[in-house]
Amino acid sequence: MLTESGKLHRRALVGAVLEGRGDLAVVAGLGAPAWDITAVGDTPLNLPLWGGMGGAAMIGLGIALAQPERPVLVITGDGEMLMGVGALATIAVKAPRNLTILVLDNEHYGETGMQETATHHGVDLVAMAQGAGFKTTQRVNTPEDVPALRRAIHAKSGLVFALAKIDAASLPLVLPPREGAVLQARMREAMLGPQAAFE
Amino acid sequence: MVSTTTSAATDWPETIYALLKQYNVRQVALVPDAGHSRLIKRCIADNDMNVVTLTTEEEGVAMMLGGWLGGQRGVLLMQSSGVGNCINMLSLGALHRTPMPMLVTMRGDYGEFNPAQVPMGQATQTVLEAMGTLVNRADKAEDIGASVEATLKFAFNTYRPTATLIGQRIIGAKTFGKD
Repeated sequence: MLTESGKLHRRALVGAVLEGRGDLAVVAGLGAPAWDITAVGDTPLNLPLWGGMGGAAMIGLGIALAQPERPVLVITGDGEMLMGVGALATIAVKAPRNLTILVLDNEHYGETGMQETATHHGVDLVAMAQGAGFKTTQRVNTPEDVPALRRAIHAKSGLVFALAKIDAASLPLVLPPREGAVLQARMREAMLGPQAAFE
Repeated sequence: MVSTTTSAATDWPETIYALLKQYNVRQVALVPDAGHSRLIKRCIADNDMNVVTLTTEEEGVAMMLGGWLGGQRGVLLMQSSGVGNCINMLSLGALHRTPMPMLVTMRGDYGEFNPAQVPMGQATQTVLEAMGTLVNRADKAEDIGASVEATLKFAFNTYRPTATLIGQRIIGAKTFGKD
């Protein structure tokens, strides 16, 4: 899982985090996180985003509030999190116990030519989450850190913010379905049952 | 007739609250506006409503998608200036076909005192419509109930962003003591 850079391989990490995912709902921010969750395995409980940059964490909050018994995981990039970073304050105030936000931090905007993000220059999203009021934060730097993260995601015992410094290499694209109505309808059916289509 | 008008003029926040209950709205996302203050108090006091005070309005657009995915209806309360913050995020509603009703109290609209409110206030309806939102206006207190009901029905029955703009003629202009 560790690459030559000494940092985690993003797709191996996401695969390990999603191991035995059960009823976990996953929202992935646009770009590489969406390709990552799709490479690990497309399922109706995945919402890979194609747009709405800055909104991934808030989509996760809406699901977590509506489905309090279900673990919800947002996997997004540092650039996407930075664009909607105020959401950390919004989410920490509500603090749903079934929500985890995992930032895959490669310190770059990967889809647009690998320009550096603010995290490359020392901005620390873990510290920002702590400042916002996240009681539980975790840095994920080695494969040995993953089981504790996986337990925290499924424990539903408190809001969690985790950040993994990942290798910046761009990986082959694995594209999810692009039709947003399909992505929405299939996730609703998976979470609410077939009657969701009659709402 | 006079008493009816007076009652609508003062009770429209209650009318909106009753409609939110009738249409089973469970998630209320908002950036506070003085025009919505009574409605906000009612929603906060309601244990069946999850009130989320946002850092910026587009968070509420994203949250309504999440709520709908999880089986709860949402609404976004904001001032007209906040509509400008929502523009790109509204693409989520168009892409996913998500009910996203918005109740917007207008500034920069009728008798405005503050010049900074005018550009966004005058652009509010255009911007929403440019992003595919069905827009209703209510410029008389007695029209608010029907307009808000239409906005909720259109959103939840036809799966798209909708809005009622509540005119400044109803809310009044903030004059900073310079009447």
